[in-house]
Amino acid sequence: MTALLELEDVEARYGPVHVLHGISLAVEEGSVVTVLGPNGAGKTTTLRAVSGTVRRSGSIKFAGRPLNRLGPAAVARLGVAHVPEGRGTFSELTVSENLRLGAYTRRGSIKPELERVFSYFPWLADRRRQQAGTLSGGEQQMLALARGFVLRPRLLLLDEPSLGLAPILVAELFRIVRELNEKEGLTVLVVEQNALLALQAAEAGYVLEAGRVVLSGSSAELRADDSVRRSYLGY
Amino acid sequence: MSSLETPAIPGFRGRGGALDASTAAVWLFLLGAAIFLLIGCLQSKNFAQLTVEGIALGSVYGSLALALVLVYRATHVINFAQGELAMFTTYIAYALGLRGLSYWEAFAATLAIAFVLGTVLQVTLIRPVQHRSAIAVVIVTVGLFILIDGIVNWIWGGDFKSMKSPFGFGSFDVGGVVIPHLYVGMVAVVFASAVLVWALFRFTKLGLGMRAAALRPAAAALVGVRVDSMLAIGWGLAATLGAVAGLMAEPSQLFLSSTMMQPILVYAFAAAVLGGLESPAGALVGGLLIGVTLTLIVGYVPEISSEMQVPFTFAVLLLILLIKPSGLFGRREVRRV
Repeated sequence: MTALLELEDVEARYGPVHVLHGISLAVEEGSVVTVLGPNGAGKTTTLRAVSGTVRRSGSIKFAGRPLNRLGPAAVARLGVAHVPEGRGTFSELTVSENLRLGAYTRRGSIKPELERVFSYFPWLADRRRQQAGTLSGGEQQMLALARGFVLRPRLLLLDEPSLGLAPILVAELFRIVRELNEKEGLTVLVVEQNALLALQAAEAGYVLEAGRVVLSGSSAELRADDSVRRSYLGY
Repeated sequence: MSSLETPAIPGFRGRGGALDASTAAVWLFLLGAAIFLLIGCLQSKNFAQLTVEGIALGSVYGSLALALVLVYRATHVINFAQGELAMFTTYIAYALGLRGLSYWEAFAATLAIAFVLGTVLQVTLIRPVQHRSAIAVVIVTVGLFILIDGIVNWIWGGDFKSMKSPFGFGSFDVGGVVIPHLYVGMVAVVFASAVLVWALFRFTKLGLGMRAAALRPAAAALVGVRVDSMLAIGWGLAATLGAVAGLMAEPSQLFLSSTMMQPILVYAFAAAVLGGLESPAGALVGGLLIGVTLTLIVGYVPEISSEMQVPFTFAVLLLILLIKPSGLFGRREVRRV
């Protein structure tokens, strides 16, 4: 099986601040992969390098196609949905408008896509006309996930989905991610602070520190690793 | 940037935010203004006559204000050249008329030309500086103001031109109040164009993309919206609305001159601020309020002659900014941290 997403020696910087110092990672088609690490390790920047929202160098290949020269709109058009940290929901627009934006790059009717999304997020159907800003934090995060999924992406980039959510909602969120992966074959690259949950949902993971990959392996291997256990799992 | 408002009434599913006390006050104010005008019109023919004129002129202010709001919403910058752009496109309509096009053919062609012109200006002049700072963009628009003025005087000279009247010189007589066909036509054209623009934003995918790009450029790009193209199209639409304002202003001023849109830009600016700068409906309501207020005041207060209208408008503007800086329909920006 070839990797759907392949990063090789990727560097990125914000102005003079060097954030990524040569990241290499691979995400197999149909898998869920997580990126762990402390604050400031470059997890979010890794996702941003893929979606083209930060200047990057090195090789980034999506389905064999180099992404380096593409901006965010072009990357989205290839089938990469990026759900950013802090959700990126359009709080001034309605739920339905947010979902339509998710499928912005699709041509023609998106009714079947919407029906599919509502089968995973049934409560969204009743709230189509509600302004997204009036949803609770957890609901907005679900909406952000739904908006990413309505594109029918080949790859979903999920940034800190648990941020600021109640534990029960976080569990529900990861259950849906898992379900989308199993039933729809959605490939997911998820950045997460909650390592325990992330390693339960993912098949494989990478640990970043100071802009470098310091450890990688299957979820089972990472869970068994002493340093991961001490630093991220807390036992 | 997330601007959120918590609904005061649980379950209120508004599109524009909360129905709180200040919104209610605004509606009360507008209701009061409407009742005042209605009673005034029933009491006095002179009052009614002035109100009719104010509504017609106000619709032109509202149309240009709408153009300002479109650009402001997308880029948070006031396009100071909006009025001159409108004047320039009106000259284009004049030139097309000289070449034998009928008024409405020239009208349609001018709107198309204005759209292209607005788009091209955004791409060539605004885009290179838009990421630097808002001030840089403002300075470019001021430069554009002077440039357009120069070009128009160079091509067409400084003397007044006149165009065919689009609606003739007839009028309706409603209980002794004269309502020229021109006024009815002006209001109809302005509101038709505003409704078309509203429908574009509300019902089309392009409009949704434009709203998303204006609200959150970064998030819009992530879902595949080409933000730069949306901004250019926004400028094109604004220039088109400006052209409508210019074309409807010309017959009410009787002459076409290179300075004709300058006072109108001031009124439009006041209208946009009154409406809240971000609200298209507010711009139109603001335009009507400014138009009616000005004609009534000039009509009833002899001390404020028509030459005093512009300074008076500035005073009103100052008052709005002091009392309610967010305008009638503006949203206070509440950030959830």
